[in-house]
Amino acid sequence: MTIGIVVFPGSNCDRDVRWALEGCLGVPTRFLWHEERDLQGLEAVVLPGGFSYGDYLRCGAIARFAPVLEEVRRFASEGGPVLGICNGFQVLTELGLLPGALTRNIGLHFVCEPAPLEVRPGACRWLAGYQSGEEIALPIAHGEGRYQVQEDQLRQLEDNGQVVLRYKTNPNGSMGDVAGLCNPQGNVRGLMPHPERACDQLTGGEDGRRLLASLLG
Amino acid sequence: MPHFHARVQVSLRPSVLDPAGEATRAAAGRLGVEGVTRLRIGKAIEVEIEAPDQATAQQRLELLSERLLANPVIENWTLDLIETA
Repeated sequence: MTIGIVVFPGSNCDRDVRWALEGCLGVPTRFLWHEERDLQGLEAVVLPGGFSYGDYLRCGAIARFAPVLEEVRRFASEGGPVLGICNGFQVLTELGLLPGALTRNIGLHFVCEPAPLEVRPGACRWLAGYQSGEEIALPIAHGEGRYQVQEDQLRQLEDNGQVVLRYKTNPNGSMGDVAGLCNPQGNVRGLMPHPERACDQLTGGEDGRRLLASLLG
Repeated sequence: MPHFHARVQVSLRPSVLDPAGEATRAAAGRLGVEGVTRLRIGKAIEVEIEAPDQATAQQRLELLSERLLANPVIENWTLDLIETA
């Protein structure tokens, strides 16, 4: 059981994700350099946070064309679990694996703080172990996290139970307080908060552990 | 091979908030420039391209604009194409 962690030029949470998965959850990982095409033997893939390709053009716009993502797209289409965290979420929307886009925070500030979140597992199998309405806290750290999507598409996402994580106090102007969502099948998941930074009491809480562990089951 | 120059103008769709544009508009007032009722920030991208003819250049640039330079979820784009040689 190994989890792949994609590394783009400019990723900066790849090692944090490795630390959380290996050090806290005891799950082996393998770094996947952006030019790699071999995903064999992986149970799940994480796209970590950071500034892939310097976030040139738009966040995630260049990363979308990385060779490794062709394979990640195939992996996802076969039902493999893919988790995009922060910049990874932005990449998944640019790829079209998740709907909408993440744009400049409404207050223009880079927000870096713990965010109270509400979990609504809905119909999607991601986070199925959580009670609907359960509250957790995860750190956020982003300048472009305001979720935007057409109104009717947002309603559809909500009706389908794909909006799995919502901000309790909206920090960036996201439509529908969206902090994280998944595709209709539930295997492609994206969120702006950083679960990998909340896996040890020493660094401010363990609410991220269960969320990351849910990649495996 | 004919050479073309293009300018792709990328702007936020009207329904998308532009907080950077709003902040700039507010600064215009502080500079003493009155009457600015709307200010939206986009991007202008200059492209040089070689293609056998104008229709091919147009087609390639449309693909480039639609799939890479702009994100149609939040942005609109327009294209101006000029043959230079």
